[in-house]
Amino acid sequence: MEAVLLVDFGSTYTKLTAVDIKNEEILATAKSPSTVETDIMIGLQKAYSSLKERLKGIPVEFAEKYACSSAAGGLKIVALGLVPELTVEAAARAALGAGARIVGTYNHEIEMYEVEEIVAKKPDIILLAGGTDGGNKSCIIHNAKMLAEHLSDISVIAAGNSKAREELEKLFSDHKMCYRFTENVMPRLNILNVEPVRQTIRKLFIERIVLARGLKRAEKYVGKVLMPTPAAVMQAAAILADGTEGEDGYGELMVVDIGGATTDVHSIAAGEPLEAGINWYGLPEPYAKRTVEGDLGMRVSAYSLWQTAGYQRIRKYYTGSNSDIEQKCLSLSEQIDKIPVTDDDFEFDAALGAVAVQMAVERHAGVLEKHYTPTGLVYALQGKDLRGVSCLIGTGGVLVKGRDPQRILQATLEGGFGEGRLIPQKPQLMLDSSYILSAMGLLSNVYPVQALRIMKKYLKRIV
Amino acid sequence: MRNTIVLGVIGSDCHAVGNKILDYAFSSAGFKVINIGVLSSQEDFINAAVETDADAILVSSLYGHGEIDCRGFREKCEEEGLSEILLYVGGNLVVGKQEWKTVENLYKKMGFNRVYPPGTTPVAAITDLARDLKIDLSKLGKVKVS
Ligand code: B12
Repeated sequence: MEAVLLVDFGSTYTKLTAVDIKNEEILATAKSPSTVETDIMIGLQKAYSSLKERLKGIPVEFAEKYACSSAAGGLKIVALGLVPELTVEAAARAALGAGARIVGTYNHEIEMYEVEEIVAKKPDIILLAGGTDGGNKSCIIHNAKMLAEHLSDISVIAAGNSKAREELEKLFSDHKMCYRFTENVMPRLNILNVEPVRQTIRKLFIERIVLARGLKRAEKYVGKVLMPTPAAVMQAAAILADGTEGEDGYGELMVVDIGGATTDVHSIAAGEPLEAGINWYGLPEPYAKRTVEGDLGMRVSAYSLWQTAGYQRIRKYYTGSNSDIEQKCLSLSEQIDKIPVTDDDFEFDAALGAVAVQMAVERHAGVLEKHYTPTGLVYALQGKDLRGVSCLIGTGGVLVKGRDPQRILQATLEGGFGEGRLIPQKPQLMLDSSYILSAMGLLSNVYPVQALRIMKKYLKRIV
Repeated sequence: MRNTIVLGVIGSDCHAVGNKILDYAFSSAGFKVINIGVLSSQEDFINAAVETDADAILVSSLYGHGEIDCRGFREKCEEEGLSEILLYVGGNLVVGKQEWKTVENLYKKMGFNRVYPPGTTPVAAITDLARDLKIDLSKLGKVKVS
């Protein structure tokens, strides 16, 4: 039988999914710890033998293979812009949407100590924005000079003032840098233009970053590494929301992905205010938006989760007898490979998951503020109004392998609505119980209709 | 060419009509207008001016609370590296009718280069701005507004 093999080189696991395209079925999935640090092939081969076992003797020939990766810390990007609320934010949003990890953001003209900081962060790509088209030029030129003189071995994507292009191009080529130009991420004031930047990031990822990640060798066996894993999840979410040729989607939705180090939230929604009379403020929102909370996670970030959430918020979801929550979080943050064993382990994980996802969704959603004016009360919304989202899908280990995904997802709906956070009100809760979202995002590059139908078949509704 | 201006109505003020007229008049005269509209904070004006490399900021206040809304504007501009920028303000700058000289001085003290009384025609401000920026209006090559 012919099948498609989808590979996800994750930061902890290498995951394989075998798909029967004709019957729109998942034949088997398997995973094994990633071995990027040593030789990526070891983990891949282990996962592959385990996949063969799970196929239970079905003779399968993988005619097509595709891969995505978030191995070795993911795709690390530093974003540079001019004003923090404008071009810096626009650049960061574009990079997040491309599946990147933002390891730093810088505004205005950078100094030498900031250059040193950037070096220490070891980014794969520097995204250089600043100035609207025809607007401020001095900042982006100054920053390009700093990069050319001190960071010429890092790839640069320039997405700022188009009227600075020739000067930038000369700087970059004189210093023999790897660089790409793309449309300004903010061509006019408050106009967000993220798509060209996302495309450019993805292309550069395929051409260059894969090489640097030691993934090149694996490509012989698994086919092209097409995108960073978070971008695959985003693409799965987008197709699930909007549908594709001849197959309807679910409408506006959100995906929450709880990991060991971060909690990701994706929303595929316009986010316009539900009621008339609300003024929409700030930078416009991308229709497909991803946020990453680096302080909310199940393991590496368990202690920072404790620091931001505090005792009461976690205690609300954890009813176990050992109430030294701080100590528990600290020890989890030191045992990043810990798999829950006891009932108490499971319960505590569920509580952390609930709080992580609740806070991540609160931060992702827009805030409604009240302004008292001479005419009376005026409402101002900054960010997306997500109250009307029809569906909330959960993925990530604690949801998929844990005991109580429903309680965790339910917690998102108990978030800070009181403080004006416009979080979903009555979404259908769903679980990625077969852990296939990133694989289906990947598959949708080639077989969009089948990827969508498979998701609709395998995602589980939770009451 | 130094002809980029940021235009908007400051504070919780939502009088939109004059803003549209100013946008039309300055655009027609050949200026590059970045109109941030009503309900704009000082930060909105300043951020817009920084990113677009604007040469002047034109602030409107119609509802009588201009004095409170405009306080500290010049200082913030300087903080953001906009020490050269021209600041104009106009509309109904205070509550009710007060002696104009007093009102003008009040805003000049706050660091505004030009202060306009109610009923100012756009063309008066356009002429002033061209002079202040040392640009020749006829070279902007657009229709003349009168
Ligand atoms: C229409 C109107 C409204 C409408 C606005 C609708 C809208 N979204 O645009 C509504 C009903 C919502 C409204 C509400 C209020 N209004 Co009212 N409103 C008016 C009215 C009748 C006309 C305004 C207008 O559109 N004029 C036409 C335009 C073309 O003129 P303009 O706005 O003055 O702008 C021109 C010039 O001033 C100048 N200019 C303006 N800014 C600048 C800046 C620079 C740099 C330059 C060079 C020139 C310049 O050029 C513009 C174009 O020619 C005026 C009275 C009047 N006749 O002016 C009152 C008036 C402005 N409102 C007034 C008040 C008090 C209010 C309220 C506080 C009433 C209340 N208590 O509820 C609220 C405030 C709401 C808010 N948060 O902003 C007062 C302000 C009093 C004061 N400053 O001392 C006025 C003067 C009425 C009055 N005589 O009492 N209002």
